[in-house]
Amino acid sequence: MDWAYFLQQLINGLTLGAIYGLIAIGYTMVYGIIGMINFAHGEIYMLGAFHSLITFLICQAAGISGILPLTLLLMLVVSMVMTSVYGWGVERIAYRPLRGSFRLAALISAIGMSVFLQNFVQIAQGARVKPMQPLIKGGITLMESANFDVQLSYMQIVIIVLTFVLMVVFSTLIAKTSLGRAQRACEQDRTMAGLLGINVDRTISTTFVMGAALASVAGMMVTLYYGVIDFYIGFLAGVKAFTAAVLGGIGSLPGAMLGGLLIGLIESFWSGYLTIEYKDVATFGILVLVLIFRPWGLLGKPEVEKV
Amino acid sequence: MSSLLTSSRLTPGEIVKELAFFAVLAVMMSVMILGVETVDRPTGLELALRWDLVLIAICATVVGRLALIVRREHLSRLLQAILIVISALMVFEMFVRFRDLDDRWVSPVTFDMATQSVGRAIFFICLIAVVFAIAYFSASKGRPTGEEDDTKKISAKLQVVYRTNTKKIGMFGIAFFIIFPLIFGENRSAIDLATLVMIYIMLGWGLNIVVGLAGLLDLGYVAFYAVGAYSYALLSQHFGLSFWLCLPMAGLFSASFGIMLGFPVLRLRGDYLAIVTLGFGEIVRVILINWYNLTGGPDGIASIERPSFFGLADFSRRVPEGVTRFSDLFGIEYSSMHRLIFLYYLILILALVTNFVTMRLRKLPIGRAWEALREDEIACRSLGINPTNTKLSAFAIGAMFGGFAGAFFATRQGFISPESFTFLESAVILAIVVMGGMGSQIGVVLAAIVMIGFPEMFRELAEYRMLIFGAGMVAIMLWRPRGLLSFRDPTILLGMSKKEKVAGEKP
Repeated sequence: MDWAYFLQQLINGLTLGAIYGLIAIGYTMVYGIIGMINFAHGEIYMLGAFHSLITFLICQAAGISGILPLTLLLMLVVSMVMTSVYGWGVERIAYRPLRGSFRLAALISAIGMSVFLQNFVQIAQGARVKPMQPLIKGGITLMESANFDVQLSYMQIVIIVLTFVLMVVFSTLIAKTSLGRAQRACEQDRTMAGLLGINVDRTISTTFVMGAALASVAGMMVTLYYGVIDFYIGFLAGVKAFTAAVLGGIGSLPGAMLGGLLIGLIESFWSGYLTIEYKDVATFGILVLVLIFRPWGLLGKPEVEKV
Repeated sequence: MSSLLTSSRLTPGEIVKELAFFAVLAVMMSVMILGVETVDRPTGLELALRWDLVLIAICATVVGRLALIVRREHLSRLLQAILIVISALMVFEMFVRFRDLDDRWVSPVTFDMATQSVGRAIFFICLIAVVFAIAYFSASKGRPTGEEDDTKKISAKLQVVYRTNTKKIGMFGIAFFIIFPLIFGENRSAIDLATLVMIYIMLGWGLNIVVGLAGLLDLGYVAFYAVGAYSYALLSQHFGLSFWLCLPMAGLFSASFGIMLGFPVLRLRGDYLAIVTLGFGEIVRVILINWYNLTGGPDGIASIERPSFFGLADFSRRVPEGVTRFSDLFGIEYSSMHRLIFLYYLILILALVTNFVTMRLRKLPIGRAWEALREDEIACRSLGINPTNTKLSAFAIGAMFGGFAGAFFATRQGFISPESFTFLESAVILAIVVMGGMGSQIGVVLAAIVMIGFPEMFRELAEYRMLIFGAGMVAIMLWRPRGLLSFRDPTILLGMSKKEKVAGEKP
């Protein structure tokens, strides 16, 4: 077995998985708190990618793109802030009026929102693929073998480290702060949380904002990593990330990350060793298998059926 | 004015604050996506500025929000209407500008592009100021109106009329669809559109069995549609089987696919089932794209055989030796419309069969079991209903009708490719079912006309069509969360006539 090739696929898979994981967190948090599939979340990620691209172009026009750390920081902050507003707005317009109403209504509304945002960006920014020059170049050669060098690019390091940092920050936020406590309370029982003085509306909005911020980071990293984006990237990434969230056990934050990494690894190894065409089939096939034997996901808690 | 009302009213200051908040949000949402366009240049991406669009977006948001405030505070209805019209006009203006964009980017893009529109900018800033002023002064005046109660009363009356005359309305609808080609006989596009709407009505009725009756959320219904279409196309191409032989086979194939998918996953609940069915839909599509030898990959299958007149006659102008031409069979003049009208009646019959079977199934034990399962699975189990078999039968029957519709689609188009079977199709069919008011057969018809008929009519709007489509989906759900015809009657009524039941429920 060629260990160099294996290692390379592992690195690629982890990078991809980190991106899926970041998007999956948004799904899992929203599902945990209001129990709906936020179908527009993939579009939020796409908007994050566009915002970071446009921020970069503005930096370029303003002549500060030479200072790389500043540009990256600006891209990160601007896309997080702007995309969070979209996350907030989507919840406010399309989901909040339907809260507590018929369950499928919110789902259809979410699908409508997703169609709307996709076409909105298509009209506003054009349907063509947007190229982006690589900002973080170079990398480390980890291993050299006869016909194959294992490359760990700086971009991949940035993605994995940034994902790790964000995971730590958000886990602490949810575990330690009063905001996180409010979120967990709403997850358990929204009425009771409201009665005890938690502003439920605000907590749910914050959840959407946090999910959108993480998705926008994922969008920015994809823009930098692959160098091409278009208005349609949100759909497939969204579906994969939701699959990741379900795989890891929906409602569980570490589960979402684990699911994302698994999906990334499966995809990368499947396309590395088998066929690249059928990698989506493999992803969904494994989802079905996991759900048959562990319907509550890898790290989720089994749902107790109440009469 | 009672003190209670005045105390609940917002002060002018609060309204201005609220509007300012939304203005800031509008700025943040539009400044990048609308305000800056990325333009492809030989040297790479460049920026083009269009601040005018941002300004319009802000104005539209603020005016729209003001209209909502006016509505919430029960101020003047006239003012509310005017504000909504202004807001809508601004959105319209934005679209118009998008259309003109292409010519503007010919010149090199610089910052002075924004200064060209200074005049416009001043105009819009004035407009914002006026809006704020109206908001400020109108808050202290106005009175609550009772008009909303009136509209509620009217809609309640309509409900009673609808619910007591469902059968008549249904019969009238069927009669209308039957005489439709007689009215629009020579209008090719009308017949085409009606056929398309009818396909979606059939798909909606088929999915209604799964979602509306059995309560299983299926996001991959288009997979069965695809299986039906491809099985007809492949059977007719490779084995030369006729449409009439393939139609039941396509249904059977789809049903067995439904059972194959359903068997492992049906013990999943709610949203888990949704994501697995979505995954299944994607798997089918990916296989259709990549199994080049069988399905022709992304190129699809072309020149699929058209249906004959029940094997008796053919619709083509020139027919091979030994085959009767349709027009000769009846001794009428040849017209290319005959085939279209025949196809229309074919899908009408297929759809009506779907409807009829569903209606009858609802009265059989299996149909009762579906509805019972939807309401309470545990109760069903304790009463000896096998949930897996019951769900599987719903899945298979729903899939079968999807397969019929797919076979029809293939024969009507004469060409199929994986492009026609994307997730969006599944979403549209599901939206038709949910918007119709789950389980309501007439609601599905109404929703299909709204969702398919209207967008097709506005085809010249091109890319805005899908934008409006998405916004419309959200709007309809906000307006009627339980669907357009949301008053589903219980299948069984105990000791009460239908009229009494309807009247009794009215508040």
